[in-house]
This record gives sequence, C-alpha cells and structure tokens, in this order.
Amino acid sequence: MKTIWLITKRELNSFFDSLTAYIMIVLFLGFSGFFTWISGSDIFLMGQASLRSFFTIAYWTLFFFIPALTMKLIAEEKKTGTIEILLTKAVTDRQVILGKYLATLILISIALAFTLPYVVTVSKLGNIDAGGVLCGYLALLLMSAAYSSIGLFTSSITNNQIVAFLSALFIGLFFHIIFEIIASGMSGLAGQIINSLSVTYHFESLSRGVVDSKDLVYFGSIIFMGLFLTEVSLAKRNGYK
Amino acid sequence: MDIVIENLTKRYGPQKAVDNISMRVATGEILGFLGPNGAGKTTTMKMITNYIAPDEGNIFIGGKPVTENPHEIRKHIGYLSENNPLYQEMPVIDYLSFCAEIQGVEKNKIPGRVIEMIRLTGLNREKHKKIGELSKGYQQRVGLAQAIIHNPKILILDEPTSGLDPNQIVEIRKLIRELGREKTVILSTHILPEVEATCDRIFIINKGKIVADGTADSLRKQARGSEILRVRIEDGQPDQIYKALQSVRSVSIVEFADRNLNRFDIHCSAGDVKREIFKLCVEKQWVLTELTPYETKLEDIFRDLTMN
Repeated sequence: MKTIWLITKRELNSFFDSLTAYIMIVLFLGFSGFFTWISGSDIFLMGQASLRSFFTIAYWTLFFFIPALTMKLIAEEKKTGTIEILLTKAVTDRQVILGKYLATLILISIALAFTLPYVVTVSKLGNIDAGGVLCGYLALLLMSAAYSSIGLFTSSITNNQIVAFLSALFIGLFFHIIFEIIASGMSGLAGQIINSLSVTYHFESLSRGVVDSKDLVYFGSIIFMGLFLTEVSLAKRNGYK
Repeated sequence: MDIVIENLTKRYGPQKAVDNISMRVATGEILGFLGPNGAGKTTTMKMITNYIAPDEGNIFIGGKPVTENPHEIRKHIGYLSENNPLYQEMPVIDYLSFCAEIQGVEKNKIPGRVIEMIRLTGLNREKHKKIGELSKGYQQRVGLAQAIIHNPKILILDEPTSGLDPNQIVEIRKLIRELGREKTVILSTHILPEVEATCDRIFIINKGKIVADGTADSLRKQARGSEILRVRIEDGQPDQIYKALQSVRSVSIVEFADRNLNRFDIHCSAGDVKREIFKLCVEKQWVLTELTPYETKLEDIFRDLTMN
C-alpha cells in the first residue's frame, strides 16, 4: 500500500509539474461552467434547481479529457525506458498500475471538487435534491474510473501516446454511444443486453438518484477488466503467460 | 550474495539472444561482461534483474531463484540500465528520495542517504536542478546514484561510464572498485582498458554464447599460449644471431622485427628464456640493448574471440 501511494504521489507531481493537471482542470471547469451557466440548455433555461445539465456536460467533457490524462501514464515510460528502472525496483507490476490509476482518479476528483460551488449556488436558488446531486457525482466518479482503466490499458499496449489516446477514445466510444445506438434499433432481449453494456444507460440510471447494485457491478467490471488487461499487457514484455 | 546462472537461454523469434549461458559470480567479485554489440549482454542483465524472464534456465541470487519472489530480491539489486532512462522532469533530490523510498530505505534514513549519494557521485552543484537540465555525464551519475542508494548487495551496471569525460571515468571506476569490495558487481562495457582497470574477472560472450571466462592474465595465456619478447642485440651478424637464438631452449619462433637494427621478436613458451638469452649474449660477447616482454593486448584477444 505504501509503495502504491509512493507511485501515486510521483504521478500526481508529474501531472502538476507538466501543467497537464492545470490545463485539464481549467478546461474542464471552463467547458462545464460555460454550458451549465451561460449557453445551451443551461440551468436558467431549465428553470429548475437541479444540476442535471451540469452532469450531462461533465459526462461528455470527462469522456474526452480522461484519455488525454491516461495516455502518457505507461506509454511515455515505455518510450523513454524509465519503466525498466521502475519495474526492476522493489515493486510489483500491480503496484505500479494501481499507483498510476489512483493518481488519475485523484486528479479527476480534484477537478470535480472544484465544481462543488455549483452545488452551493444552485441550492441557494431553490430546493435542491441532495440525494440526486450525490448520486450524480457518484455516477461521474464511477464513469471516470471506468474510462481511466480503459485509458490505462490502451496506454500499456503502445509506446506512442497518440495511439494510446485514440484507442482509448475508440473503445470508449462503444460504451459511450455506440452500444446505445445499436440497442435502440433492436427490440427484445438482445436489445436489452446491448443496452445494458452502455455506460450512458447506467450513468443515467445512477444520476436519477437510485443507487442500484446492477450499476455498481457494471462499473466495477469495466474497472476490473481494464486493470486486469493492463497487467496482462505489461507482463507480456517478459514472456510470462 | 552471489549470482549463479544455469543454462540461461532467451529467444527473440527464431534468433537466440542468449544461448545456454552458465556462470557464477561470487560475493565481492567484479565481473566484466564483454562482447560486441548485440552479443546478448543487455538481455542477460535484464534477466538477472528479472525485468524479462528467461525462456530456459535459472538464475539464483543468494541461493534463491529470482523468479520466485522477485519483489523481495530486487531490494538487493541496484541496476543501471543501458540508456540510463530517468524521469527528466524530476529534480535530482526528489528522484533520489523516490528511489530510496521505493526500495524500502527507512524513512528517517532517506535524507542522509540522498546527501551521501550526492557527495559520492559529485552531484553537489547540480542537486537542485531537474534531471532533464543536466548534461549526459551528470545524468549518468544520477543513474549510478539511484542504483546504489539503497546499498544493494548486488550491482548490475550496463555501460556505467558511457558519456563521461576522462576525469569522471577515473572517478567512477574508483567508486565501482570501492563498492565492489563488499558487493557483487556485474558491469558491461565496450571499453577494454576499463575492464582491466576495474574487474577481477572477465566474461566474454559472442552471439549469445560464452567464448571466454577468466582473469585478464589467464585470458592472455589462453589466447596465445606463449610469450613474445622483443630483443635487440648489437655487435653481431644478424644471421648468426638469428641462428643462435633459434637454438635456445623453449624458443619456438624467431622473427626479424628490424634487420638493420638487429631487432628480433621471439615467441617462446614458458621457461627461463630471458636468462638463456642473456647467457647467450655473454658467451658470444654480444651486447643486449633491449629485452621487452611484449604483452598480448586484450583488444587482440577480444577480436580473436568475437570476429568469427
């Protein structure tokens, strides 16, 4: 655990030293703030003391930002060779992966924490559904965790950051919209199964304010798969099967 | 801790990068690992550090196989890899503390260790800079510092002096020698004088196979099986001298090195050849003005062993 935290700390420092963290936070707040308060179907247009519009915007901005955060995590270390020095120290592959993963989650949580003033503002405007807001944030966090694990995996299969970024977006796109679109054209059980693979479906079910174990299991499985595949792909370097 | 390697083989596709290598490095020994580019040095070192797994064979460190509990054994290994990859954006001190902590150095001892490493590798003036701002030589020192910061019992150094200037090379070699008194060191290099200056034993591989293993002296003997003497004898007829020299016991070949100066190269097997030559000169009233044992250069041995 100590080792994982050590790696997390180093990754976080590197996020902040390379300005990635600042750019990510500023852009995220800029986008989500702009569409929540100023333009489009913003809060004032809806006329309700609800953060639904913010969650929808954040849902999309995070979808694009997370691969940008995760793309360098392993790909860059593979390119410069530092992964070799890191993995020949007293750490396991798993500790490195979890450390890096945790760093991404913390950075995203920091970005989300900066949107808490929105909650305060809206709650001053009217009667806010506290449970709904809590669930909305939970949904955003779970979705970020799922996409981060996918991003970490694509970062581990290449030493080119652009390839890592695009593959993460490509895989993410299926969960984000493609499954939903396919399902909408089908009926019956097949449609239901494909629809239940879609992140959107579970995100909406969660942000409606109901914590269903189905949704938790769904996000949990994506996270597990992502991290598991990352470990497999890292272990491939040495012919361990 | 010693290192024992048994029948190590690693394939990349159909090509064998390392082919059935066995060796043993004792505690307190500095092993020089030589070989042309692509001979399998780096691959072997990566397998010892357990970064990649061998296809066949075993590596034991301190009697335990490295694949069994890699994460424990790595605490005792310091590794400087070939291209010395470092986190360019990290300041030197932060990086060294990170390495110390991850290798399990106790927290209250870390600042002391970092300061000691900085002093030992001469990084004092550069310690607040980011690693990416340092010159190649200084980065190499950081690489060395991160390898020894946790005081490992085993040091694996892949070309430790590459990119250093001559003064630094001398310093680093001295440092390695000092470290090698109590640690087991394997270092790879292309620089042959370096091996002679630092290593107790030499290990030459070519195309993944062992071609030589021994001290510099034993390799010389093995390579030629004979000694060469350069002799200059004055006050005599070249041909007469030539004949006389040939009749000396244990002399196998006599060559003219320079006929006009009466210079000869004498190939001889062991024995008291120098004495015999002296006696011969006294007897014939010749003047012996030069007698130099001619050492076979390590470069020649290396070339002989790896060119075919």
